[in-house]
Amino acid sequence: MSHAEDYDSDRRDFLYYATAGVGTVLTGAAVWPLIDQMNPSADVKALSSIRVPIDGVEAGTQITVKWRGKPVFIRRRDQEDIERARKTKIEDLVDPLARNANLPPDAPATDENRTLDEKGEWLVEMGVCTHLGCVPLGNKAGDFGGWFCPCHGSHYDSAGRIRKGPAPQNLPIPVATFVDENTIKLG
Amino acid sequence: MSGIPHDHYEPKTSFERWLDQRLPIVRLIYDTIMIPTPKNLNWMWIWGIVLVFCLALQIVTGIVLAMHYTPHIDLAFASVEHIMRDVNAGHMLRYLHANGASLFFFAVYVHIFRGLYYGSYKSPREVTWIIGMLIYLAMMATAFMGYVLPWGQMSFWGATVITGLFGAIPWVGEALQTWLLGGPAVDNPTLNRFFSLHYLLPFVIAALVALHIWAFHTTGNSNPAGVEVRRGSKEEAERDTLPFWPYFVIKDLFALAVVLVVFFAIVGFMPNYLGHPDNYTEANPLVTPAHIVPEWYFLPFYAILRAFTADVWVVQLASWITGGIVNAKFFGVLAMFGSIIVMLLVPWLDTSRVRSGRYRPMFKWWFALLVLDFIVLMWAGAMPAEPPYSTIALIGAAYWFAYFLVVLPLLGVIEKPLPQPSTIEEDFIAHYGGANDTPAE
Repeated sequence: MSHAEDYDSDRRDFLYYATAGVGTVLTGAAVWPLIDQMNPSADVKALSSIRVPIDGVEAGTQITVKWRGKPVFIRRRDQEDIERARKTKIEDLVDPLARNANLPPDAPATDENRTLDEKGEWLVEMGVCTHLGCVPLGNKAGDFGGWFCPCHGSHYDSAGRIRKGPAPQNLPIPVATFVDENTIKLG
Repeated sequence: MSGIPHDHYEPKTSFERWLDQRLPIVRLIYDTIMIPTPKNLNWMWIWGIVLVFCLALQIVTGIVLAMHYTPHIDLAFASVEHIMRDVNAGHMLRYLHANGASLFFFAVYVHIFRGLYYGSYKSPREVTWIIGMLIYLAMMATAFMGYVLPWGQMSFWGATVITGLFGAIPWVGEALQTWLLGGPAVDNPTLNRFFSLHYLLPFVIAALVALHIWAFHTTGNSNPAGVEVRRGSKEEAERDTLPFWPYFVIKDLFALAVVLVVFFAIVGFMPNYLGHPDNYTEANPLVTPAHIVPEWYFLPFYAILRAFTADVWVVQLASWITGGIVNAKFFGVLAMFGSIIVMLLVPWLDTSRVRSGRYRPMFKWWFALLVLDFIVLMWAGAMPAEPPYSTIALIGAAYWFAYFLVVLPLLGVIEKPLPQPSTIEEDFIAHYGGANDTPAE
């Protein structure tokens, strides 16, 4: 008699756990699309790389393009910019890392590691202050002849490296390549 | 509903009896609005009605504004201007909705500080308090997303900074931020979902409000004396209470009318006083406004967020212990959410058995300092993040935590409370006089 009851309750336990288990999996499967739909959609992801024509950019000027919803500064540096940035010693920098997505993460923040070409003419960087995400002002602004963030007073030099103020890091350099001599591809 | 003995609903006509046996909805409404209410409630107990009014105002004006608003980055700003210029009474509806948010938060802050002073959060009303805090959190989420919808400069950059807070969480932060935004930056998917959630959350709040009311109708209202209604018999309970309808309804409606005089003066004569001119410039992802400030009702918590910079020793200690995982940015985020979590936990942090601050001679001063601290933090949050404001914000943030984590637990042990009245009736007579003004009914 008791044996039969045990058998019965074992079977019930099994049915209970099996139902609960299947129910949990099905609930998860039903909820997942509701969560995942909030991730970037295909058309947003498709915009992850753009080509920027740079033939109109004169030395000593810069353009700002919107890439993945954020501003990117493309500056064609003049001789003064380059000399000033190359003179700077690594020890004087707040952030000694290059923050260049095209280089290994531990690359030092030399001017050569910041620019896109060997001559150091082209500087491509995110126009987003590493402090709280404001857009810095350019064209030799600030105490170091580079960029100055008006929100909380961060000064970047002519290689986009943080020199003074609350921002913790150099302006990050996105993945960028020359497609030909008049076009830069971002992403 | 309440445990206080009182008259219950008696169906009088045959239709009422018929309905009552099938759906006792009239009984539910009767028992809710006839609830015995402590008769010594003072003017600080009117903010609940003001808050119910605010929720109704926001839902009604919000539904009609949604009939004219377009949640798309190219059209949102123009559609708000269309509401302001072209839609019949559109400017009035929008100003009511925008300033309604301010009235909502003003009322909720007074309501919360009333609860903190009179110990409304103490046993047996902890669940009412926690539901109230959840309502407050839902209000903040709703207000934040609503502010993004006009797609002005402050909308855009406020959304960027606030969603950036989630990006500060170690390991999962970046993925979480992308998930919230629907892309790498604030853009059309963000605006779309914020509109959807901004429409949804007020109804979640309405459901929470029903639970909030249910909870305190089960325990009975708190009151300024902090002593419980006598429940030995109906006669005894009636000496401590009056039915909510009509006595407190009339009192609350009078108070609401006074509040609305001030509210409509602001809506009518200075509707943009609490707003930011920058938000009348369309959002531009390439240009940041010089000074990003949240709405006034977020300022105290914004000040706490910014107070903990990398040069503060607590931050350096936390960073050292966690091996750099908790940096200054993440510490600020933890501090901001922590400042609300300590409020949520106050029923267990306050060790004093005396409910009302009226009979706590030392508590009174610490509480007054907390109110001052809140106002100072609000001011510091509006100032630029530089000395001396950053130092003031840090001191203010430190006191906020000290009040909940040090002062309240200790006061219960060292403070000698003043004698409390033994009954609500005694307190009522002491304040308003006359033993014979119990109603004849």
